[in-house]
Amino acid sequence: MTATHAGTPALSRPIVLQGIRDSFTKLDPRVQVRNPVMFVVFVGSLFTTVLGAAAALGMAPDAGRPGFVLTIAAWLWLTVLFANFAEAVAEGRGKAQAAALRSTRKEVQAKKLKGRRVEDGHTLVQASSLRRDDVVLVEALDVIPADGEVIDGVASVDESAITGESAPVLRESGGDFNSVTGGTRVLSDWLVVRVTSNPGEAFLDRMIAMVEGAKRGKTPNEIALSILLSFLTLVFLLATVTLAPFSRFAVASSGAGTAVTAVVLVALLVCLIPTTIGGLLSAIGIAGMDRMVRSNVIATSGRAVEAAGDVDVLLLDKTGTITLGDRQAAAFHAAPGVTEQELADAAQLASLADETPEGRSIVVLAKQRFQLRGRDLAGTMHEFHKFSAQTRMSGVDLEGRRLRKGAADAVRRFVEAEGGAWAVAVTQQVETVARGGATPLVVADGKRVLGVIELRDIVKGGIRERFAELRQMGIKTVMVTGDNRLTAAAIAAEAGVDDFLAEATPEAKLALIRRYQGEGHLVAMCGDGTNDAPALAQADVAVAMNSGTQAAKEAGNMVDLDSNPTKLIEVVDVGKQLLVTRGALTTFSIANDVAKYFAIIPAAFATTYPQLDALNLMRLASPESAILAAVIFNALIIVVLVPLALRGVKTRAVSAAHLLRRNLLVFGLGGLVVPFIGIKLIDVLLAATGWI
Amino acid sequence: MTGQGLLQLALYVVVLVALVKPLGAYMAAVFRGERTFLSPLLGPVERLIYRISGVDPAHESDWTRYAFDALLVNLLGFIAVYALQRLQHLLPLNPQGLGAVSPDSSFNTAVSFATNTNWQGYVGEATLSYLTQMLGLAVQNFLSAATGIAVLIALIRGFVRREAGQIGNFWVDFTRSTLHVLLPLSFILAVALASQGVVQSFAPYRQATLVEPLLMQDQAVVTEQTLPLGPAASQVAIKQLGTNGGGFFNVNSAHPFENPTPLSNFLEMLAILLIPAALCYTFGSMVNDKRQGWALLAAMLVIFVPLLVGAFAAEQAGNPRFDALGVDQAASAMQSGGNMEGKETRFGIANSTLWATATTAASNGSVNAMHDSFTPLGGMVPMWLMQLGEVVFGGVGSGLYGMLMFAIIAVFIAGLMVGRTPEYLGKKIEAYEVKMAAIVLLVPCLAVLLGTAVAVTVPAATASVANPGTHGFSEILYAFSSAGNNNGSAFAGLSANAPFYNFALGIAMWVSRYWLMIPVLAIAGSLAAKRATAITAGTLPTHTPLFVTLLVTTVLLVGALTFLPALALGPIVEHLQLHGSH
Repeated sequence: MTATHAGTPALSRPIVLQGIRDSFTKLDPRVQVRNPVMFVVFVGSLFTTVLGAAAALGMAPDAGRPGFVLTIAAWLWLTVLFANFAEAVAEGRGKAQAAALRSTRKEVQAKKLKGRRVEDGHTLVQASSLRRDDVVLVEALDVIPADGEVIDGVASVDESAITGESAPVLRESGGDFNSVTGGTRVLSDWLVVRVTSNPGEAFLDRMIAMVEGAKRGKTPNEIALSILLSFLTLVFLLATVTLAPFSRFAVASSGAGTAVTAVVLVALLVCLIPTTIGGLLSAIGIAGMDRMVRSNVIATSGRAVEAAGDVDVLLLDKTGTITLGDRQAAAFHAAPGVTEQELADAAQLASLADETPEGRSIVVLAKQRFQLRGRDLAGTMHEFHKFSAQTRMSGVDLEGRRLRKGAADAVRRFVEAEGGAWAVAVTQQVETVARGGATPLVVADGKRVLGVIELRDIVKGGIRERFAELRQMGIKTVMVTGDNRLTAAAIAAEAGVDDFLAEATPEAKLALIRRYQGEGHLVAMCGDGTNDAPALAQADVAVAMNSGTQAAKEAGNMVDLDSNPTKLIEVVDVGKQLLVTRGALTTFSIANDVAKYFAIIPAAFATTYPQLDALNLMRLASPESAILAAVIFNALIIVVLVPLALRGVKTRAVSAAHLLRRNLLVFGLGGLVVPFIGIKLIDVLLAATGWI
Repeated sequence: MTGQGLLQLALYVVVLVALVKPLGAYMAAVFRGERTFLSPLLGPVERLIYRISGVDPAHESDWTRYAFDALLVNLLGFIAVYALQRLQHLLPLNPQGLGAVSPDSSFNTAVSFATNTNWQGYVGEATLSYLTQMLGLAVQNFLSAATGIAVLIALIRGFVRREAGQIGNFWVDFTRSTLHVLLPLSFILAVALASQGVVQSFAPYRQATLVEPLLMQDQAVVTEQTLPLGPAASQVAIKQLGTNGGGFFNVNSAHPFENPTPLSNFLEMLAILLIPAALCYTFGSMVNDKRQGWALLAAMLVIFVPLLVGAFAAEQAGNPRFDALGVDQAASAMQSGGNMEGKETRFGIANSTLWATATTAASNGSVNAMHDSFTPLGGMVPMWLMQLGEVVFGGVGSGLYGMLMFAIIAVFIAGLMVGRTPEYLGKKIEAYEVKMAAIVLLVPCLAVLLGTAVAVTVPAATASVANPGTHGFSEILYAFSSAGNNNGSAFAGLSANAPFYNFALGIAMWVSRYWLMIPVLAIAGSLAAKRATAITAGTLPTHTPLFVTLLVTTVLLVGALTFLPALALGPIVEHLQLHGSH
């Protein structure tokens, strides 16, 4: 695949600079209020700033040392800005891609037909004025003005603007190659296209909106997590706000010290609420979508990306996903009394005009085995017989010989019509080959049966290991093929899939999906044809090939621009990564609180209960430095984790239990330990620079 | 700590765990509607109850109806207890001729018993008639416990059912809990307790002549003592079994007529945790995966046992100030050693701390020693166990459904870490469940912290505090931790039978019972309507030690993060002060 989008580095200079600018514009309260956790920090920053200013002016004598209050205020603002920055950078990467996409969407003139045929004549209109069901003519070198369906004509189309693939593709009316995308260019011939989208709803528009994150609604799981974070914020708000009366009571009953100051309570609150995950949550979501786009998959919604992580059954088309796509000649099995070389020679002659990959592979195999060169038949008396659905044979009549290759029953009829006898041994050979999962082609020279060519599906290298990994992760792979059961079973065994559907029809596919869903599985599949549409619509995650029909694209919830069915596995990975990243950072964020308590609690009540210094495990220099160190750590950790949020936590091909143990160790235990070290270091720095 | 003491703790845990399976399996059969060995006896009674009350046991309802029925029965219970107290002077079975209870105290006690809190604002033997005790308190002891179990069973059905609209018939679950579970167990326990000398009588209080007359401070000579009597054994049995805890007498099970012998003490302690522990097995059995139930029980024990041993160690270590004075606090053949203040000599330190830990782990709240006199850390254990949300065993039914809410939150965060949208027992945990579970976690914190904050600010409330400084703060915090988690345990030292506390604690109890029960039933309804996801290697297993660790961590972390600041100002600083200055 050639990906136009994959080249952008994670954090380029212009994105960072733009991100810094956006961090400030996002200080708008209307933006802030969308994220409850960070909104609390925002309000806290405002409050401490006012408090600090009042203290500096001598208007709030109990607020604390003005320098301290203002420093806390500054770091709280930085906390807000860092969270803004994370989101801005994530959006920035999307925006860069969107800009690239938008540049392809120039205002073009469309040749709008008065009727549905070329002869009807056309008028020139702006492409943006086209509505659904308008019919346009697109001729060589014209840009296709809108998404649509070809209703007449055949043309080669350059779709590199969308897919990054420079080789032109064929588009024609009817069949599975009838959909065209606005912004792509016809290279030769002409097409009559029925427009299928209204302005602003076109594929390119959806794609731009998606990568920009402009229309990004929160996904279900993101909403659930936001709710949990809001509740945690509420709990900590309670825990800190009630400390004010508790502290006043303590001062009154112990008769020592002063009550805890508002600035310390705000600092404690901000440290406790899950700002790390709260600040990075939207960046994680945008980055997940972005990773999808980078692998050239456009999801119609964030919901679909999330669902991809849940998928536990993958329906994979055999051809192109599991096997290389074309069957290849693997062996010659000569009939009794025929040498293998004789069979190979006849097979090669019969295939000389056969331009299919299968035919070519026979020529190649004959050459490899017996150094038989492809012969030039010019100057000889010959007549080629192409494969047809009626005869189900192909071959050549060459200087009196009638060479044929084809399906066993077809060749048998041919041989018997020629007056020859069918050898029982050949039937056995045919069956042996078929049982092995290969396709037998029988070769005959007039009334003589020469033997069998074994055509084999070549399973892609490494695919077996990939499936084993998926199995480890609890994902079941199901191979879908039109082959008969015998062939399908053999390939399924070779590829190591968990199950297969042979002689698959669209109905059987749909029924299979329903059955798995009935058992509580989430099913992903990919498809391209119109007849795949019902199954695509039924599947939980449905990737339509960009080369496929409009119907397939409408039915699916993702479109793969590379039209590569193997992409399904990547899609699942991206979905999982998104969820893992969220969970990991939430765990980290909550685990962080323990250390922050040990920093702030002894400091907050130092004047009333100096004994609480026993809880100052980190031996922080002074109450002020302890609180400031915790606040600084809390702010910096957001920036430190931005790359992780954008890149995503690596998922591994292990079971859920293993993955959980690992992530709990790294992010749970890590989350407990890291702030102890971080806060201590910051405190040492603060003390060393004499700042506090 | 003494080896003999530890042995007693171990014996208790072993006997408890041994009883989990038989009782749990029996309850599972009861709630599945299967025949049990008691069916021939109780089946006809059950059917008769349905016939009289016009309940169709086959008719199930959705969660809103179920919640409505549960609230209705509790409201009626509240009204009944309130009316009985206010009118007891007009009603029979009042041999002492006790007058009507004050409105605020009646309100507090009525809420307290309807909500299964059983906070003891009243002095039983001095204010409540036998009729009020039996028809009011004892009946509520059964009904509030049965309500808790019914709600749990409905939640379990939510996990089990697929794409269903109904979660069961409240009246059936409620009747079965009372008839098949609580009544037979109470009967056995009441007989056993009576055999140990717990009083069971309708006779008026007795006057006894003192062997040695007492000379009071005002020079008055006391030669007679009033011995309170009453139908105590039957009420004590259900008070322990139904995690109620409201004593027949004011000093609860420290009173020799409620708890006379070490054996009665052991049985009563066992009764505290028996049903909550066995319900874990019932849960596993009903969700068709017993490992799930054992995992939850394991999580409870993992929290319970260390805290128990910790409290025992703190009490046995005694008071460092005494060491400084040269007082021998070591255990020996002649003395129990350690901190014996406020403890009964017939129970000693091990059995007092065991009771204190069990009664606060479960939302029982009965006492056999005065928690106020525990060492700061020894007293912090019961307080923190309540603050954890009463999910370590907890109330009958309510403890397990609270723990399941924690499991939902734990699964939600951990589930994300395995790259799937989270699911528990095959049911997807989505925004709705998270919201409801979060409410369940939030409400008790709200009740405890806000209640305490108001109490330390209002002069009417601070006036009730007996001790100054940190211990006084602990007393208030303890009271609201108890009411706000429907425990009912009292720290003593706080004169809580005052209008402020009667109302404030009453509201706390009310909020944290029903605002937990309703969201739990909402989750039950939502889960029942979902389809079940298939279990694969990609599913987070919820029966493994790893999950138990995760669940325990979640419970402890939420409890610690919410209450550490408050605890720091109470028992923690008190402990540091006690140890810092000698």
